[in-house]
Amino acid sequence: MTTETDEADRRDFLVLAGNAFAAVGAASLIWPFVQQMNPDASTKALASIEVDLAPVKPGQAITAMWRGKPLFIRNRTKEEVEAAQKVQLNDLPDTEARNESFPPGKSMPATDANRVQKDHENWLVLVGICTHLGCIPKGQSIGDSRGDFGGWFCPCHGSHYDTSGRIRKGPAPRNLDVPPFVFVSDTKIKIG
Amino acid sequence: MGGHTSSYEPTSRWGKWFDERLPIARLMHGSFVDFPTPRNLNYLWTFGGILSFCLVAQIVTGVILAMHYNASDVAAFNSIEHIRRDVNYGWLLRNMHAVGASMFFVAVYIHIFRGLYYGSYKAPREVLWILGVIILLLMMATAFLGYTLPWGQMSFWGVTVITNLFSALDTIYQGLGTGIVEWLWGGYSVSGVTLNRFFSLHYLLPFVLTGIVILHIWALHTAGQNNPTGLDLKEPSEAVPMHPYATSKDAVGLFAFLLLFAWFVFFLPDYLGHADNYTPANPLVTPPHIVPEWYFLPFYAILRAFTGSFLGLPLGQYAKLLGVLAMFGSIAILAFAPWLDWSRVRSVKYRPLFKYAFWTFAFTCVALGWLGSKPAEGIYTTMAQIFTVLYFAYFLIAMPVLGLIETPNKLPRSINEAVLGDGHTDPGGRSGHGGTGTVAGATAVAEKR
Repeated sequence: MTTETDEADRRDFLVLAGNAFAAVGAASLIWPFVQQMNPDASTKALASIEVDLAPVKPGQAITAMWRGKPLFIRNRTKEEVEAAQKVQLNDLPDTEARNESFPPGKSMPATDANRVQKDHENWLVLVGICTHLGCIPKGQSIGDSRGDFGGWFCPCHGSHYDTSGRIRKGPAPRNLDVPPFVFVSDTKIKIG
Repeated sequence: MGGHTSSYEPTSRWGKWFDERLPIARLMHGSFVDFPTPRNLNYLWTFGGILSFCLVAQIVTGVILAMHYNASDVAAFNSIEHIRRDVNYGWLLRNMHAVGASMFFVAVYIHIFRGLYYGSYKAPREVLWILGVIILLLMMATAFLGYTLPWGQMSFWGVTVITNLFSALDTIYQGLGTGIVEWLWGGYSVSGVTLNRFFSLHYLLPFVLTGIVILHIWALHTAGQNNPTGLDLKEPSEAVPMHPYATSKDAVGLFAFLLLFAWFVFFLPDYLGHADNYTPANPLVTPPHIVPEWYFLPFYAILRAFTGSFLGLPLGQYAKLLGVLAMFGSIAILAFAPWLDWSRVRSVKYRPLFKYAFWTFAFTCVALGWLGSKPAEGIYTTMAQIFTVLYFAYFLIAMPVLGLIETPNKLPRSINEAVLGDGHTDPGGRSGHGGTGTVAGATAVAEKR
């Protein structure tokens, strides 16, 4: 025993530095093992698609696949647009627009105008996945139940969406998401 | 394993040579041959052995099925049909594996209720009990991953709904839940990528499970087995050697269990499944009623009990998160049972008030299971909410409060008194023996019966 002091000595420093080095090394080794599970390059490569809207008549709807999820594209009738525009914000369980075209983190009210694109108010584009637990709501095909608000109805746990895809009744916490998309021409959109 | 010293003596020269180098035969003999077992164990104690059988059976049939199964989104569904129709005895092996999962849960639930009834979770068996809860969680994870593999409609939508549970974390921190879900999926939706990794994990987890089971048995053999009286072993004559007494009783229990098992395998192989799972997975159509396998129904009912309002209490946007927390909490709370139950009496047999709480709890679990299979609306939701409250009340109210206010019935002084009647004294020659004395005592008991 040569030293009797409680002061940090050279050995303490070496142990601390050595352990810190090992911890950083272990963390950087683990990272690839965790990261490999995230969406891979081939999945991301399919991240944007183009859809031709020309054959879709007013009142009709089509379903497209985007990132493995169904997209609901509905050419809304004048009555459906008016019904969506007339809804008061305080009648909505979720007052956020949930439109990914807006910058993230920015709060936008869930008016119908904030969920469609200007001059293309009849076109409603939605990610067709119930925000409760991920089922596909009914309302795309002829004869489907469209719920109490004329939009979509999720049969799994009974969520009702209106003609703007906003949640009105049931357990779903959020409005249906509007994906980021642009009109590349009057009858063609690019999603993603 | 454990505090018991093995009486193993190698007889051959080779046996002695090996025992000095690797005493595995000594370990096995001490753990499963001359291990002292309480003499009063009933048939509910045979489920430990039955569960070990189930684990081995699932691994053996599973390894074989993996030789014929194809974990790709385009081929998985057809490869299951291929196994059932073309592979030699594939129908049998596949049925054994699918029915085996259900039988595994039948046995584990009986095993857990036995532990709750006889107070097997109390000191000194807390670690043993917690290892059991971990085993239950691993079993659930393995069963869930395995149910994905046939890639039918229920497989696909079951995975979608259950993995989406994690998206509830978005309520705490925006993007956290979605990030975890996409990490689990390996994409923006459930896909072949998800199937492939689930297959890998489904193959891995049973071996992790085996490791925990070994720890579970080690902890069991350290603390010693509980018994229907809940009393500690006081003298060697209260125990019999595991072999042949406990092993032959286990064999009777196992064969009775196998009758039920075989009946399902040969006559009702699809009874415990869902017809929807014979429709190939379709990401564009959700089946009208998504229901998990029967063994998850009570937990599913707890999850769905949390809607916009809970017994009149508005939950708003936290409904989904609370439902998920309650579902995981309903299993996690089991691990705290050793510290929630304040009664020093182990066996419910001697607890006149707690007896009612126990049977109410058992009924609650069955009721939740039934509600989990019903649509989540109207009266069913209200009932699920009431039974969810009762479920948690068992642990959070009945266990601590009854432990304090209840006067337990008079306990027998010892296991011998409970088995042989009051005033019984040991016949001569059975006391004062060491390790081998239990064998003599066991013989005497066997003669009496």
